[in-house]
Amino acid sequence: MMEYLRNWFWTYIWKPLPDMPFGDWLEAFVRWSRVAWAPMFDATTTGLTGLYQGFADGLLWLPSGLMVLLFAAIAYFARSWKLGLGIGIGMFIVAWMPYWEETMQTLAMVLVAAAIATVIAIPLGIAASENRAFSAVMRPILDLMQTLPAFVYLIPAVMFFSIGAVPGIIATIVFCMPPGVRLTELGLRQVDREVTEAGQAFGASPGEILARIKLPLALPTVMAGINQVIMLALSMVVIAGLVGGGGLGGVIVSSLGRLDMAAGFNAGLAVVLLAIFLDRVTQGLSDRTPVAKAALLAT
Amino acid sequence: MPAIAVDSLYKIFGKGAKHAVAELKSGTPRDQLSKHVTAAVIDHTWEISSGEIFVVMGLSGSGKSTLIRMLNGLIKPTSGTIWIDNTDLGALSPRALRQLRRERISMVFQHFALLPHRTVLENVAFGLEIKKLGKEERLARAQEAVDLVGLTGTEDKLPAQLSGGMKQRVGLARALAADTDILLMDEAFSALDPLIRQEMQDQLLELQAKLGKTIVFITHDLNEAMRIGDRIAICDGQVMQLGTAEDILMNPANDYVTDFTADVDRTRVLTAEAVMEPLGDADTSSYDTVESDTHVNELYESVLSSQHPVLVVDDRSDPLGVVTPRAIIKSLVSETDADRTETEEETQPA
Repeated sequence: MMEYLRNWFWTYIWKPLPDMPFGDWLEAFVRWSRVAWAPMFDATTTGLTGLYQGFADGLLWLPSGLMVLLFAAIAYFARSWKLGLGIGIGMFIVAWMPYWEETMQTLAMVLVAAAIATVIAIPLGIAASENRAFSAVMRPILDLMQTLPAFVYLIPAVMFFSIGAVPGIIATIVFCMPPGVRLTELGLRQVDREVTEAGQAFGASPGEILARIKLPLALPTVMAGINQVIMLALSMVVIAGLVGGGGLGGVIVSSLGRLDMAAGFNAGLAVVLLAIFLDRVTQGLSDRTPVAKAALLAT
Repeated sequence: MPAIAVDSLYKIFGKGAKHAVAELKSGTPRDQLSKHVTAAVIDHTWEISSGEIFVVMGLSGSGKSTLIRMLNGLIKPTSGTIWIDNTDLGALSPRALRQLRRERISMVFQHFALLPHRTVLENVAFGLEIKKLGKEERLARAQEAVDLVGLTGTEDKLPAQLSGGMKQRVGLARALAADTDILLMDEAFSALDPLIRQEMQDQLLELQAKLGKTIVFITHDLNEAMRIGDRIAICDGQVMQLGTAEDILMNPANDYVTDFTADVDRTRVLTAEAVMEPLGDADTSSYDTVESDTHVNELYESVLSSQHPVLVVDDRSDPLGVVTPRAIIKSLVSETDADRTETEEETQPA
């Protein structure tokens, strides 16, 4: 019986069909657009390289010892002296290792990618919160961006931007953007209806309601989104290392090739310490938004 | 000229709303409409004069919140017209509508709708900020409104630091600061504790005596409605009865209204004039007198301490009638109560 069915499907469905073409279509499109939109890709490459290099140079301008103190100070101002102390110790360990330059390169890459992703994500989140149809279209696209294995869009990224930091940054932007859009939309939708109604009742325009009511009230959630964007960006550094993006990812990839456990562990530890720094500082900033502070008063 | 007027106003939610209006107009009862529509406001036609407190009273789902939101254009009517003074709300562009809201109508919300991250003073100044007033002027005017509602000293607090009653005073101050002649109050006191609620009602009446705004007040509490309303519209989709508190208590238009009035403290609504008995031929020269608009709950002492009935006089001291203990007791018993007692007696087994 099963045999019969299998034959039937083969003869009448699978055999007459040509090879499944989705992948070929994409490849054809990528090849074509690389030529057709070459100036755009070149400009993007130049711009991103400049931005990334500028950030990396800036972070490496001060000696590592001073940078450790600076990171500790940022953590202190973002939250507390306890966090400042912890971050100071963590960053001291990072500076102690021979990978300070790579760590700063990775930090530069994360900051550039996360900043660009945030700048794109927040307007998209606002649009999605205002327009149900747009939100419905965005949702599967965001799912795709977040779940498609990162290696898959590394291929077109390399085709468009060749190897180096830029394809890594592009792939990172794509991968880390979704929570920024989602949490912006969620935060704006969660704003109490009566409060936006109050804005309308006093004659505020939609723009004024957005700027004076919805965005300030949604800010803690938006900040949580930015926190997620940064953390996802950091999780992409190893993959960026695969395409020659340098930084800690590069160290990890090469230590994998040489089975150099010590180097791999050190670089991994640096990623973790960087992650803790970025996470706690952005959380600290999120708790310091006016609405979050007011909510603390209520308890 | 009425401050607000509505004419055959309908609001139906759901698919086929226009059709449902036509059906209602041709006499289909509300409960026989399609299941896909909800009739919130049915055939409202009334006017509110300037300086009046107009209370819309109904249970939840009676369309009163929808109604008040149509008056400032937050919700568009399905059919019918709304005039604010002589402006037809439906004919306004979104921009003109916003201008009308900034200059003519402000609103107080059930759950206060304050901005949690702004101080009391900044919240009160919100409407003025939208009016694009300079910072100094708007803070000065917000301060006046804060003083007016008795919140002086809390200007720099955040809403989370205030009690419910104080929060709603901020909501009221925000509406007053906008300096509009119409004030919409959507269940403004419903979220407050009973004692605070009474305090707020008193304060509203006090402020109203000073400011003379046109107020539309929504409530589900008939006691509240009768306490503050110059006129009351009892609604369940359509207007069941529209009149003064006394009208509604003395002559309920139908069973729906009668059921509502059963729980009302009648002594605080009815006046001496409403409960008095005819003068007769007795010599009234030695009787104590009360003004005709004295509420029944203020009559007890004079009636009890007097040998005779108490004489009710009008504002020129002309006698109108007399109040006896019997008249007072009679006034406490609404017609339904009387009916109910009789039926109960009949059904009691011997």
